[in-house]
Amino acid sequence: MIGIVDYGRGNLRSVEKALEKVGYQAKIMNEPQELSEIDGLILPGVGAFADAMGALKIMGWIEPLTQFAHSGRPFLGICLGMQLLFEIGEEHGEHAGLGLLAGRVIKFPPGGKVPHMGWNSLNLVQSSRLLEGIPNQSDFYFVHSYYADPSESRDIIATSDYGIVFPAVVGRENVWGAQFHPEKSSPWGLKLLTNFGKLVNDNVALSSN
Amino acid sequence: MLSKRIIPCLDVHDGRVVKGTNFVQLRDAGDPVELAALYDKEGADELIFLDITASSDKRETMVDVVRRTAEQVFIPFTIGGGLRTIEDIRRMLRAGADKIALNTSAVQMPRLIQEGAHAFGSQCIVVAIDARSTAPGKWEVYIHGGRTATGRDVLEWAAEAEALGAGEILLTSMDRDGTKIGYELELTKAVSRAVSLPVIASGGVGTLEHLVEGLTLGEADAVLAASIFHYKEYSIEEAKRYLAERGILVRKTW
Repeated sequence: MIGIVDYGRGNLRSVEKALEKVGYQAKIMNEPQELSEIDGLILPGVGAFADAMGALKIMGWIEPLTQFAHSGRPFLGICLGMQLLFEIGEEHGEHAGLGLLAGRVIKFPPGGKVPHMGWNSLNLVQSSRLLEGIPNQSDFYFVHSYYADPSESRDIIATSDYGIVFPAVVGRENVWGAQFHPEKSSPWGLKLLTNFGKLVNDNVALSSN
Repeated sequence: MLSKRIIPCLDVHDGRVVKGTNFVQLRDAGDPVELAALYDKEGADELIFLDITASSDKRETMVDVVRRTAEQVFIPFTIGGGLRTIEDIRRMLRAGADKIALNTSAVQMPRLIQEGAHAFGSQCIVVAIDARSTAPGKWEVYIHGGRTATGRDVLEWAAEAEALGAGEILLTSMDRDGTKIGYELELTKAVSRAVSLPVIASGGVGTLEHLVEGLTLGEADAVLAASIFHYKEYSIEEAKRYLAERGILVRKTW
């Protein structure tokens, strides 16, 4: 079972329906206690960094999410949910993130239209099971004004180009982030969610052995 | 790099698509959800549903359309028409819409843009502007589906909408709407330059070359079309191939 964190920010229904479409059961979770029944986790998110962290904090998610990540079970952050994986966000001042990946979330330099909204292509920089079967230059749907700047380049799995080159997919061990919306990026976004579902199932099989 | 977008628009009345019944491959060509799923499959980059239902008591029908669309369509979609309050917006977003479009209500209550952007983020607040030419280089904002003049200048209104927190402008030329002679390029270019938001060109498309013009001469970020797709004059794929051949970056879905 894949859990989707509901903290009042983001289009949870679309993520849930997209997972169902590719054959995985998903559960929208309102309580951190529900994490114990969950084999894989998706942290969605739309809106501002500090506001989202504030909501997670008030609802008691911060520690349980960190523990979940350390448990080795697959964890995927989407859009703002990816940005929250990092240490610091610079949206409306400096704010602490979950710190599961090292780096900061910074604003696009002035010049281009912000938000970066629409379909953009991925440049795959290293292989990852999350992107298995997804060709280089496949298009995904982005909506964001800030982007992650990982401290360690080995955490960058794919980049995209919007005047500057920025990380579109990041990950280390069992924690991944996608800056775009896979649930809105038919057909390749659905492929990514399929891959995530497989990672979750494989991890369950591994753990029960 | 960021692709230019092709956005089919569906007019929905009482839960049924009112234009475009030439899709023989559909079981029910009047079902907006089935048509939306087909456009998704054909490679549309986004969809816009305009609810032209007159009575507000039928609003629940549209919420149901949104809900069912979200179960089957995995590209972004926008809902416009008759949304007048934050609660109206919330309901559509909760049902699964990615963005909402405000037109008359935004002109009458500009605060709605601000409150909507604050509550849900600028990225989901599209301001739709119906423009009519009044003099060379001058356009006036119309509301109530184009029936009421407001005396407001289109370029000023677009800039104000941006300042209030709109994330995108859907710009329709009323002079060109339904004519099939092409987008009003001067208008589109003027608005594209007046704001730093993405602009969707609408009104007047009749050929694939018109799409090219809107994205190049009109400087639009996206092009909206209704009848050329609904009546199967062109498929989305044909349109995208045509744009790609002319050097415009599109999302390849073939």
